[in-house]
Amino acid sequence: MHIVTFTRSTPDTTAKVEVNGKGEVTWGDAATVVNPWDEYSLEEAIVQAKNVGGKATVIAIGTEMHNEALKHSLAMGLDAAVRVWSDGLDVTDSLHWATAAAAAVNKVGDVGLVIFGKESVDTGTDQHIYQTARKLGWTMLSYVAKILELDAANKTIKVEKVLEGGKQVLTAKLPAVISVMKGINEPRYPSFIGIRKASKAEIPVWSLSDLGVTLPAASTQLVGYSNLPVQEVVTEIIDGATPQEKAEKLVEKLLEAKVL
Amino acid sequence: MATNTPLKPNLFNPFTEEHEMFRKSVRAFVENELNPYVDEWEEAGIAPLHDIFKKMGQLGFLGLHYPSEYGGSDADIWFTVILNEELGRCGAAGIPMAVGVQTGMATPALAKYGSEELKQKYLKPALLGDMVCAIAVTEPDAGSDVASIRTRAVRDGDHYVINGSKMYITNGTQADWICLLARTSDGNDYRGMSLIVVPTDTEGFIVSKKLKKLGNLSSDTAVLTFENMRVPVSNRIGDEGKGFYYQMEQFQIERLVGAIGGTAGAEKAVRDTIRYTQERHAFGKPLIANQWIQFKLGELLTEIEAQKRLNYYCASLIEANAPSNEVTRIASMCKLKVGRLMRQVADTCLQFYGGMGYMEETPISRYFRDSRLTSIGGGADEIMLQIIAKLEGMEPR
Ligand SMILES: Cc1cc2nc3c(=O)[nH]c(=O)nc-3n(C[C@H](O)[C@H](O)[C@H](O)COP(=O)(O)OP(=O)(O)OC[C@H]3O[C@@H](n4cnc5c(N)ncnc54)[C@H](O)[C@@H]3O)c2cc1C
Repeated sequence: MHIVTFTRSTPDTTAKVEVNGKGEVTWGDAATVVNPWDEYSLEEAIVQAKNVGGKATVIAIGTEMHNEALKHSLAMGLDAAVRVWSDGLDVTDSLHWATAAAAAVNKVGDVGLVIFGKESVDTGTDQHIYQTARKLGWTMLSYVAKILELDAANKTIKVEKVLEGGKQVLTAKLPAVISVMKGINEPRYPSFIGIRKASKAEIPVWSLSDLGVTLPAASTQLVGYSNLPVQEVVTEIIDGATPQEKAEKLVEKLLEAKVL
Repeated sequence: MATNTPLKPNLFNPFTEEHEMFRKSVRAFVENELNPYVDEWEEAGIAPLHDIFKKMGQLGFLGLHYPSEYGGSDADIWFTVILNEELGRCGAAGIPMAVGVQTGMATPALAKYGSEELKQKYLKPALLGDMVCAIAVTEPDAGSDVASIRTRAVRDGDHYVINGSKMYITNGTQADWICLLARTSDGNDYRGMSLIVVPTDTEGFIVSKKLKKLGNLSSDTAVLTFENMRVPVSNRIGDEGKGFYYQMEQFQIERLVGAIGGTAGAEKAVRDTIRYTQERHAFGKPLIANQWIQFKLGELLTEIEAQKRLNYYCASLIEANAPSNEVTRIASMCKLKVGRLMRQVADTCLQFYGGMGYMEETPISRYFRDSRLTSIGGGADEIMLQIIAKLEGMEPR
């Protein structure tokens, strides 16, 4: 059984991201990193593939910039990496994205499980995950906190999901698509040997025609980016004779401002 | 700061894409596995080296330039450079020092001159992070003057019987074995010494004291005493009587490694100070608006940049297997200069932090304490000058 996971390169979370004069999103010369949420899905893919004696493949959809995330994934220990790209593919349109993703999963073949990180830190979206499941026509299990059992022979999965204020245990038939939470595992650091292997790897690129799909017209259109309006910060020092008095005044102010 | 890597590595920026991937991994390790705990370890006066080294060993961080038969990775010198640059950014200098002892001080001679059996038994587990090791040269009455050590190893059949004492031994309270420099024949000069691997569970091995220090608090430093300790002769590294030479050779990589970590730590200290003085206001403007502060910090960055290139030159000599004297000459210059630079950086940066810099909670105060060691440990500045003078032919005719 094959396990597939997706990743992408995103600006480092500490980078200062802004829109430049040309309306492009920039982050100076700060490094890109593998989407932090994906560290967990990558780790889980490695672990689960090992458990079922299968293979784990990582896919990125996008330009060459995403090779970095793919190399990081290979260095962690994923068995194979593929990049999907064709001019005209609009990665900001989740339906476009999901159509390409589902076709790529089908091309990998014999896939029992697709694992996603909870979301991507740059655009903050997760709907591409659900749309991929829909395009594949597979079961979707989101916010998985633990995979309790993955049974390749009987083609079932048992997971623990996080709900607000509780947990839910679910079983489902494979193939399935899941998204996993931070804390499901402890992602490993790329080892020296992993890095050596990854840096030598040639990453194949699959075009849309390789995947045999023609894309529908994008259902959304990116009009432009803009910076957030600069917020004026007003500082106020809270006076009071005792710490208690200061705290009470602070609470009052916070209630007034509807922060509490 | 220029973080872009040129396409082709060269002497001024020798790193490839693969090296930079490795840098990211070590940096993440330092940020997540070390920095969150350094306050706790500083407080405790010791760090859990068995745990830390196990993790590092599994990632291949400890044996980079060592042969793969012994748990190493056969990597080029630039990976070692990166490891030490990134460790140099750790929040407490005691941790990189512990790693430096393990990979750059206690093990090089064993790797180069040790028997197959000795390497399998002690080198491999050290590089895989299963054993912690220490280097024991300095004695209560012999530091700079290594040739005057008195610890004796007397032959008795196929064992050495060892008596004596070692001082200021890093990792000394938790090491599984030490690389010991001892006298194996009569006389009191540099001839007649040998390096011997001593397992610390040998009867007669005593940790007499854990020392309290000015800085590098997270590193444990011990006084060791040996009372009729019996160690197999087969634990000797290489030839009898060559210990002093092996040790002097072993010092080279140690000095370079120290210089690399020191340079990275100094750069971090200056860049942190730039950030602080941009935020702190006095007389209606940020501190850094004062040209005096800009110029002082600019000067330090210039020194750091020059030091970095000297370090890289030294690394490239090692990578190219340059004649030992030339490596020694440049490594000694690196060590001398970095020790002085760190003192200058610590003093200048702390000054610009003002009272805040004097507070324990501010990292620069720890840096101020930690940085002082480099001009003393691993051969004092004056000893570096002695070596440089000798190699430059300055002895009186
Ligand atoms: C925290 C710490 C960790 C250490 N870890 C280890 C370890 O793991 N293993 C180990 O073997 N040793 C270790 N050492 C010992 C260290 O290498 C010695 O302290 C160092 O070599 C200096 O020796 P000394 O302290 O005996 O100083 P001394 O030899 O007494 O010298 C004192 C000072 O005199 C000056 N001086 C000495 N000789 C000359 C000269 N010829 N000309 C001019 N001036 C001179 C120098 O300024 C020197 O600093 C450690 C030391 C410290 C402080």
